[in-house]
Amino acid sequence: MFDLLKLRIRHGKQAIPDIRKAKVMEAFRGFPIIDETRSWNGGVGCKEICPTGAIDVNPLRIDLGKCIFCGECEKFSDGAIKFSNQYRLGSSKRESLVIASSKIFEEFDNTAIEAKKEIHKLFGRSLKLRQVSAGGCNGCELELNAASNVNFDMGRFGIDFVASPRHADGVVITGPISSNMAPALKDAYNSISEPKIVIAVGACAISGGLFADSNQINRKFFDEVPVNLFIPGCPPHPFTFIHALLDFLGK
Amino acid sequence: MSWCEIKNLQSVPLDEIPQLEYSSLKTKIIEKISEGCRVVQFFGDKLKDCVALYIVLADDEQSKLFAASTLFSEGGSFESITPEVQSFHLFEREFYEQFGIKPVGHPWLKPARKGIAGISSEENQYEFFTMEGEEVHEVGVGPIHAGIIEPGHFRFSCHGEQIYHLEIELGFQHRGVEDLFLKNKNKPEFLLNLSESITGDTVIGHAGTFARAIESLGETDVSRKSIIIRTIASELERIGIHLGDLSALAGDVAYLTGNSSFGAMRTKIINSTMAICGSRFGHSLIAVGGVNYDINKELKENISQTLNKLEEDVELAAEVLFSSSSVLARFEKTGVVSFETAKEIGLVGPAARASGVALDVRTDHPYDGFTLFPVHKLTLKSGDVFARAYIRYVEIIQSIKIIRELLESPVEGELKKPSNDLLPKRFVVSMSEGWRGEIVHAGITDEEGQLKRYKIKDPSFNNWIAVALAVRNNGISDFPLCNKSFNLSYSGFDL
Ligand code: SF4
Repeated sequence: MFDLLKLRIRHGKQAIPDIRKAKVMEAFRGFPIIDETRSWNGGVGCKEICPTGAIDVNPLRIDLGKCIFCGECEKFSDGAIKFSNQYRLGSSKRESLVIASSKIFEEFDNTAIEAKKEIHKLFGRSLKLRQVSAGGCNGCELELNAASNVNFDMGRFGIDFVASPRHADGVVITGPISSNMAPALKDAYNSISEPKIVIAVGACAISGGLFADSNQINRKFFDEVPVNLFIPGCPPHPFTFIHALLDFLGK
Repeated sequence: MSWCEIKNLQSVPLDEIPQLEYSSLKTKIIEKISEGCRVVQFFGDKLKDCVALYIVLADDEQSKLFAASTLFSEGGSFESITPEVQSFHLFEREFYEQFGIKPVGHPWLKPARKGIAGISSEENQYEFFTMEGEEVHEVGVGPIHAGIIEPGHFRFSCHGEQIYHLEIELGFQHRGVEDLFLKNKNKPEFLLNLSESITGDTVIGHAGTFARAIESLGETDVSRKSIIIRTIASELERIGIHLGDLSALAGDVAYLTGNSSFGAMRTKIINSTMAICGSRFGHSLIAVGGVNYDINKELKENISQTLNKLEEDVELAAEVLFSSSSVLARFEKTGVVSFETAKEIGLVGPAARASGVALDVRTDHPYDGFTLFPVHKLTLKSGDVFARAYIRYVEIIQSIKIIRELLESPVEGELKKPSNDLLPKRFVVSMSEGWRGEIVHAGITDEEGQLKRYKIKDPSFNNWIAVALAVRNNGISDFPLCNKSFNLSYSGFDL
């Protein structure tokens, strides 16, 4: 009994008080800052080195939907690419994830996610999500679990993961969609009643990531079903996920 | 010479692996097994008009590995070893599935991974075991499970609440990882990232195993400094996941104090990993030839402070958790795997140690920092959920001590040395102790020094069968708890 009290006292308050103002440490690789003036040589080398083909040149740009934030390009870029620790990377439009030197973080942040009135009205106070891992490596899954832990405590915003798709307002997809999971994902999606939202989490779900070239994946689902929210990362930090949702819900 | 004797990470010319007639190889395998060896790799490689099968056995006491091979013509068959040595069952099934060479007499030739090409469609239509009788019923779960967890299908045959039999069907996560290794053999950066994503909960474990295999194949040198950083990262990974598992196990028995306190401790540890390399799971830290990030003085200070606090916290939380009668009532005698069963099925990792099987690659086949700082093997006896939980606690404390020692050792030298081209026609086995247990990669290069086969074995490959056996005669409501106490990987198994 005594130990239990001691443990509770030592545990204290773990929840991050104001998620909106929270910062992550410098070391974290988030929104890239691109300085085109220095990319005359580095750009091509970067394009070659990028494992997921996220980099294109003329002008130098990075597709955050493909990027796994490995940081390799930074080393080869001669200062043309630098990853900041800005973790707000979510977007409701796929095109917005392509970052060039003309796009600074503030502009991206103001435009990437559009808070729609009807979404706020429908889900603003309560959003229940069904997660489906379709070839995910357990990286995104762990971070999505972490979003609900004592530190991040996403539940305080009325956003929770639920077990049954019948109880859910939307589906959160991780993984490149392995062929063996494609039918189950479709079933889960179909079981959610309208109106429903689709969230793609991580480079694999958004673009196939490292597995884009595999013949064991089947991404037809995304041809048929529009995605409402893209959350880049490998895996995305829980803050990235929570912030994107809060913006999306207009909170 | 019927075996090529090697060590972990010792690459040898491919020609030195003896090629035997299968029948004599089988006799030799059984002989070695009876002397106390166990199988760590068993995989095929497609040659021009035939298939080579490579077998690697480990003598853990003497830190030796024994490799041999045999050739099969296409569509051939061989006499299954499984009836005599059960731990071969899945290796043979996988080999059959990938190359179509049939193990004759195999008692359970179920596809290793659901619906993956290689074997006839007829055999792909696998029928689950069924049970008949009054009050007998089946419960099917998955591929999609209740929580945020990877997919797999579980089918329980129950009598009332009691589980008689559990059949597990995996393969839903199959992404063609081994093929991608060969497809991208010219892109070393890609391969390193891919190895990190074999299973995203064992980033350091698999990436380290891969990097060491490639270093060995190219005789690339690494500095003492970089192996120390790698080893620190691998122990941080172990601590982080073990804390997460203790948190989840407490959650599974509705013990919320344990759930939240272990959970909060985990956050601090994985944030330490992020402070080193920018990723909470250690992405981009490991490189072929060393590491990409340093642990400077300030970081060192921070990590030791975090560990000091953690040690006190974890001891207190464990004291509370493991003395709570409501927790013990659920943990003790639940999901028992006996020592004999563990040996027979070839269990590895903390799960094996919880059943009294003293296996730990860090001690048995040391690599990286463990060549400098030997690790003492820890085991428990009861093989139940309690033991699998408690061993995690014990290992957390052990890993804290290991990291402390490593942090104190002087680290000079460069972070990353230039990596050499791979030598042609070589063979290497790279083993390591991931938090889940023994990871074994094997690599073969061709005449041009390019990877021609890269085989991966996650510890989950050994251990999934233990989940099926552990739940027998337990209540079905204890399944989530049993399952979590193993915490096996789907993606690492499915590849
Ligand atoms: S950080 Fe992103 S863009 Fe740069 S090399 Fe890695 S994956 Fe490519």
